[in-house]
Amino acid sequence: MGSVIEVKELTKRFGNFTAVDRISFDVKEGEIFGFLGANGAGKTTAIQMLCGISKPSGGTGRVAGYDINKESERIKRNIGYMSQRFSLYEDLRVWENIRLFGGIYGLPEKMIAEKTNELLERLDFESERNTMVKSLPLGWKQKLAFSVAIFHEPKIVFLDEPTGGVDPAMRRQFWEMIYDAAERGITVFVTTHYMDEAEYCDRVSIMVDGRIDALDTPKELRRIHNAASMDEVFTRLARQAKRVE
Amino acid sequence: MIVVENLHKTYSTGLGKKGKKGKGKGDGNHYGNGDGDVKALNGVTFRVNKGEIHGIIGPDGAGKSTLFRILTSLLLPDEGPSKATVAGYDTVKDFRQIRQIIGYMPGRFSLYQDLTVEENLNFFATLFNTTVKENYHVIKDIYGQIEPFKDRRAGALSGGMKQKLALSCALVHRPTVLFLDEPTTGVDPVSRQEFWEILDKLSEQGITILVSTAYMDEANRCTRISLMQGGRFMATDTPKGITESYDELLWSVEGERMPALLAELRVHPSVKTAFAFGDNHHVTVREGISVDALREHLTGKGFNKVRITPIEPTVEDAFMKASMEVLNGNE
Repeated sequence: MGSVIEVKELTKRFGNFTAVDRISFDVKEGEIFGFLGANGAGKTTAIQMLCGISKPSGGTGRVAGYDINKESERIKRNIGYMSQRFSLYEDLRVWENIRLFGGIYGLPEKMIAEKTNELLERLDFESERNTMVKSLPLGWKQKLAFSVAIFHEPKIVFLDEPTGGVDPAMRRQFWEMIYDAAERGITVFVTTHYMDEAEYCDRVSIMVDGRIDALDTPKELRRIHNAASMDEVFTRLARQAKRVE
Repeated sequence: MIVVENLHKTYSTGLGKKGKKGKGKGDGNHYGNGDGDVKALNGVTFRVNKGEIHGIIGPDGAGKSTLFRILTSLLLPDEGPSKATVAGYDTVKDFRQIRQIIGYMPGRFSLYQDLTVEENLNFFATLFNTTVKENYHVIKDIYGQIEPFKDRRAGALSGGMKQKLALSCALVHRPTVLFLDEPTTGVDPVSRQEFWEILDKLSEQGITILVSTAYMDEANRCTRISLMQGGRFMATDTPKGITESYDELLWSVEGERMPALLAELRVHPSVKTAFAFGDNHHVTVREGISVDALREHLTGKGFNKVRITPIEPTVEDAFMKASMEVLNGNE
């Protein structure tokens, strides 16, 4: 199986502050990869480089087959992205959001129409086709946002805290959607502050002070750190941080 | 310290009025009540005793922020036979008195981005006719952590530091009651623990705290909690009381191929519900099935090394059960 992300010594400096400090890792095709770290550990900066919206200060890498230093525009076309904060346009209807994002990613009109029907049917969402996104409950918005993020069938989708604030049952349904996507071959790169969700990942990395301090399966991380839960593993590593925010 | 009885709040969305009654096709108000109105609070009743940390546990959209805005006198509730008082003051009539004695940290960062850390704090102290020096002992634990950055503009702070500054500003006039609306949303587990340690200290000083959160694991840090969903309180009790009144047979199931195992559990006739809970699944079962019988069934379906143990419920289990009952009961 090939790698969808491979980075070596990836670094980002702002002045004399090193936000991301020579991280190296790879993510395999179809994998669900959990990208954890405390606030201020450098996760967001790292994701921005992986998505092609921030230029690395050093290091090399490829995402979805394209060079992170030279082909950032191609990377943007071949990934999906969703965050808790920005995902959909509140003042557009459900179908309008789908059409907008399909258009942005260059899908032909006819294909968008067909895929929209298919998507709404699969989500059991046909009755909400004309609903304004702002009047949907948060859990539904997140489901729709995720579907829109993978509408153009990217090789990899980046999910930045997709389940923050979502109710417990909906949070689990969301993870079932992640599993479905992974089974269809879409690689999933996800950040979360819920440590139970770290258990649902194939592999997990934990960032501390700009570096990746641990990377393994959740089971193996628990074993290495002799911990009962991922929460314990995370707490132990994050408490070693020396960087003052 | 806080008394709330039968509180209602309805927001008009402006949709579906103009004589267009009912749920017309595609008029965009499927989730309203048909008139385009949204019922944010639907008969909320509870009380908070002095010195308690009372947690409002619920997801986004449950109505938590609306409740906070009414109790802090910033929003009027629906008219009708209801009651909402803080320290004996009515939230509508006595809003001036209420604003003197409460501290409020809204869910969205609401300090002045262009003022420095120290300027923000001085500003809030001055508004309440006090000084940072006079009440330094109240904010010392928390403000001490950001004091090294007191000359930095608030807009340039990291998320965790903004949160600490916001709490310092809400505390600087030594309030009797502290309202914290989702103070830990988007905050990592370690910083969240530190934040709760600070709340414990404030509570020891006699400050009453009403705090909302979408993180179920924080419920155990509260004296009492209310589980909230869809504008209603589903239950109010101590965290222990909440989990003790959970009356399902609850088992933990672990094994290989966890997603497939979950799917298999869900189709078993004796299984009522099955949900992923980190490294194991939580399963509620009907009377009459034994642990051994379920394990044998799963082994027969090709799942090896299955471990099943009866377990005590968590607040999250209780929340999920309560919200399913609300769904089944109402729709």
